Order: sequence, then structure tokens, then C-alpha cells
Amino acid sequence: MATTMITTLDRSSRAAARGLSDMSIRNFFIIPTILFLIVFNIFPLIYSLGYSFTDFRASTNAPANFVGLQNYRELLNDPFVWNNFAITAKYVIVSVSGQLLVGFGVAMLLNREIPLKGLITTLLLLPMMLSMAVVGLFWKLLYDPSWGVINYFLGLGNFEWLADPKMALYAVALTDIWMWSPFVMLLSLAGLSAVPKHLYEAAAIDRAGPFYTFFRITLPLVAPILMIAVIFRTMEAFKTFDLAYILTSQPTTELISIRLYKMAFQEWQTGRSCALAYIVLIMVLAITNIYVKYLNKVKER
Amino acid sequence: MAAVRTSSEITFNRIAIVVVLLVTLIFLAPIYWIASTAFKPRNLATTIPPTIVFQPEISPFVKLFTKRSQLRSPPTPEEYAAAPWWERVVFDGGEKIVRDGKGEVQWSGYPNRFMNSLIIAITSTVLAVGMGTFTAYGFSRFKVKGEADLLFFILSTRMLPPVVVAIPMFLMYRAVGLNDSHVGLIILYTAFNLSFSVWLMKGFMDEIPKEYEEAALVDGYTRMEAFFKIVLPEAATGIAATAVFCFITAWNEYAFALIMTNRRAQTAPPFIPSQVGSGLPDWTVIAAGTFLFLLPVAIFTFLLRNHLLRGMSFGAIRK
Repeated sequence: MATTMITTLDRSSRAAARGLSDMSIRNFFIIPTILFLIVFNIFPLIYSLGYSFTDFRASTNAPANFVGLQNYRELLNDPFVWNNFAITAKYVIVSVSGQLLVGFGVAMLLNREIPLKGLITTLLLLPMMLSMAVVGLFWKLLYDPSWGVINYFLGLGNFEWLADPKMALYAVALTDIWMWSPFVMLLSLAGLSAVPKHLYEAAAIDRAGPFYTFFRITLPLVAPILMIAVIFRTMEAFKTFDLAYILTSQPTTELISIRLYKMAFQEWQTGRSCALAYIVLIMVLAITNIYVKYLNKVKER
Repeated sequence: MAAVRTSSEITFNRIAIVVVLLVTLIFLAPIYWIASTAFKPRNLATTIPPTIVFQPEISPFVKLFTKRSQLRSPPTPEEYAAAPWWERVVFDGGEKIVRDGKGEVQWSGYPNRFMNSLIIAITSTVLAVGMGTFTAYGFSRFKVKGEADLLFFILSTRMLPPVVVAIPMFLMYRAVGLNDSHVGLIILYTAFNLSFSVWLMKGFMDEIPKEYEEAALVDGYTRMEAFFKIVLPEAATGIAATAVFCFITAWNEYAFALIMTNRRAQTAPPFIPSQVGSGLPDWTVIAAGTFLFLLPVAIFTFLLRNHLLRGMSFGAIRK
């Protein structure tokens, strides 16, 4: 035994000596990626932090003037910007809870022996594989009050989905629910299939009702992965730009990313938009942190 | 569940199956509608009640690829007879194909934008998955100081709304002349996908037993040889799943493409909506463009469905 051990060590160290050392391989594998991400993610952010304290406009050649915290002060006191945040919050809540209900519901139904289960799951993945921009464009046709198919099949007559300021945000959320419920369904299915069968058998022996089984066994065990789905979907919904931008141009659907886009690339208030970008950034980080803390709590239980 | 199935359980199972099938149909209906509209004659695209049964046509695709103008006067019978079938299809729609002075057919912007999408999505996928695989291996096998923090940093680059990053990137790109270039978008999409690729690949790398490479090292392989000959083939499934996800993201991206490109390097996602314009849009042409654009992703999804299901669960189904 001892002799083989020695030869093993000896051989592997010789092998390592012939090639690059582990240390240099590690650095060679990791450092380029870190550098790349710093150059293309962190550096731009530092760059825009600088601009956020100026009145710079990218459409003119005028030099940027330092204005201190003025951009931030004005933005935080601007009721329109707060309104954009309120719209975003409403949108996130409606679409994420819709996806959670539909996705988890379908997963509960699918979590049994069903003919063609694999095919059904794959087909249900299709909506989330598509481009939001192109899908949004086409849903515009589906929603059309005079020749859209949705109104025809639901018997809604000339119901205005996108032209009605009150309805438009829900119409956008509905499309988002269509696209992303499958994602929640998929994660839920993974979680449901991981629940040990013997727990259900024990519950059946104890003559536990379906509600008891659901709330005491299924839900707690699936909660962590549902939480992951909620985190992912919340982040994505908060970032939504293309879907809402293409579907409608109602003031009531002006999500914060749309406001940011308009401020930066239509009104060319570059400095100001950099400041707003920073406010959004801080919010995203705060929300993520709260979520991650909550996720850890759910996992501990 | 219980060993003996009661009749109510069987009924419930049947109801569940019916509901699942219904939901699947509802979810697929919009996709079916896009696909069927792409093969409709123009006058049937927006009829109420909707046209379900129709003679499929290829004319929307001909129109998608060519530049057309309104016919002032109908073509003479000789002209019509001399024209190839695809030109007749356009004549039948009351339009003619625009030709330049030499009589060459003028293409629409679509084929070009589609090619741009292909070039940019494929290149950035290869780069992101390649770098991601190396980095994931590094994190999986070697001790790295502050590993958790570094991994969180990598993930955090993905949390930002694209518009937030787009503003400084736009200014930087303008300064170095990368605006409206293929390279510019490739770099952006690579950066965007890299974090995802590292995280996904790390999950797969962690699953490959370390003993495999150790055995190879004992046999006299160098680390690099062991990585390329032993680890990479083992990680093939993971690489495939990651590649599909990265490709789909890059293929579908809209915000950066809208902001960073205008003609030369524009991809299809901002291009197709821009074709709607004011006036009455020809939905069959838009549907044809949308359908063709969905095709690569749909085929990918279907071919790699089993890897996808594994990749998407982020290790949740692992024992």
C-alpha cells in the first residue's frame, strides 16, 4: 500500500511539473472572466456614476458641468418618477403572482402519471423561449379590439385591452404570465418530484385530508424552490422593457425602464438618466438582498 | 399515493389530465396563430370570425424577403407570364417587386438582420460558454480566496436592468467607435451571458467526480490534458444546456440591440417591430418574419429538451 501511495503522489506531481502548475491554471481559468466582467460591467457603472453628478447631454457637444446632488434631489422629488416606480411595483406584483398561481397550479396537476407528460412539458416551454419583443408585437394583433382573436373567442366584443389606460398594464402582465408561467411550472415540478413519497404514505395512513397534506407536506417542502422562482421572476419583471414598450405606449404602462430609456435616449438627459439608473440599481440590490435573506429563512425551516 | 385507489381519486386524476391538456392548448394557441398567419393570404389575416381553414400560401415569405411598391397599373399579360412564380405572387397582391437599374431584385432588410442575429448570437454564445466552462472548472476544482463573494459578484452583473447598463455602455461605445458594430453587440451579449454560464456550468462541474481527473493525473496526464480529455467530455450535457440558454438570450435580446445599433449591425428583434409603422400593417408578413425568427429556437428547444429540463432546475432535482 505504502509504495503505491508514494508512486501515486510522485507521478501526479511529476505530471503537474510537466504542465502548468495548478495555481497558474486556476488563474488562467478564472482571471480573464473576472477582468472581462469588471471592464464591461463595473467600469461602465463607475463611468455613469461620474456622469450622474453632471448635467451632461450626449446629444450636444457641450462639456458636462458638475451639479452635485441636484439630479438625485430632483428625481427623488419628482412625483412622475415615483409614479413610474408605483407602476413597476404593481406590474411586478400582478405578473409574478399570476405566474406563481398558474405555474404552480399546472405543476400540481402535472405531477402525476399523465400520458405524454414529457411532450406536454416541452411544449409548455415554448413561450419562454421566444423573444419578448417579437411576441409582444404579435400579441398586439391578438389583443386588437376589432380583429383580435382573443376578444372573438372570449366573446368580449370590442373590449379595449391596450387602448384603455386602466386595462393596458394588466394586458401586458397577462402576456408576461403567458410567457413565464411555464418557468415557474418547471421549477415547481422539479421541487414536487423531490418530495419523498413516504411522507405522503405516512399521511395517508394517518388519514390526513388533502388540505392537511398540501399545507403541511407539499408546500413547506417546495417553498425554497418556489422562492427561487419568485426571485428570478421578480428581478426579470422589474427589468421589463421590451414587452411593455412594444405592446402599448400608455402613460399607465410606463415602467421605470421605459422612463429611463426615454430620459436617456429620447430626451438625451444623459446625466440625469445616469442618476436615475443609480437609484434603480440601489433598489434592485435592496430587493435582492431582502429576497436572499428570506430565502435563507425558508430554507432553514 | 395510497395503495388502493378510490373511485374519487381516479375521477380527480381524469379531471386533472383534461385540465392540463386544456391549459397546454391555451398556451400553444398564440404560437399556432403566429405560425398559421404566416401562411395566410393577406385578406384572411384579420377576418372576424377568424379563418381557421385556408389554403396555405408562401406569399408572406416572398414579401418578407423583398422590397415592394404599389402597382400603378396592372402588369401586361406578357409581363405576368414572363415573371417567375414568386413575382406573380406579389403581382396578385397588387404590388410589384422593386428592382434597381440593372433589373436586380431589391431585398428587404430582413435577411440581413436575420444574418446579423445569427452571427452575433452564435459568436457570443461560443465565447460565453467557453469562458464560462473554464471559469466554472477553476471554481469547482481549486481553492479560490473569497469564492462565494466572487461568485456573487459574477451573478450580480446579471441583476441590472439592461437599460441601466446601456446608458454608460452607449457612451463608452460611442467614444471608441463600437456603436452599431457586430463586435460591440457580441461583447455585450458575452458579458451578459457569462455570469449565467459560470453559474450553470459550476453546477455541472461539481457533479463530475474529482477522482476521474486524479486517475488521469496518476496515468501521467497533465492538468490541462486531464481537463480537455476527461472533464470536457463528461461535461458535454451541461455545455449543451448552457449553450442553448445563452443562445436563446442573445437571440432574443431587444433593449441593447435597440439602443446600440441602427443599421449595420441591427438584429431582428428591434427590426421586426419597426416594420409595423403607422398605416395598416401587413400582418402576414410580420407573422412570416416572426415565425422564421422563432424557428431556430423552437428546433433547439425540441432537440435538447432533456438537457434543458436538467439545466433549468439549477440543481434542484439533484439528489
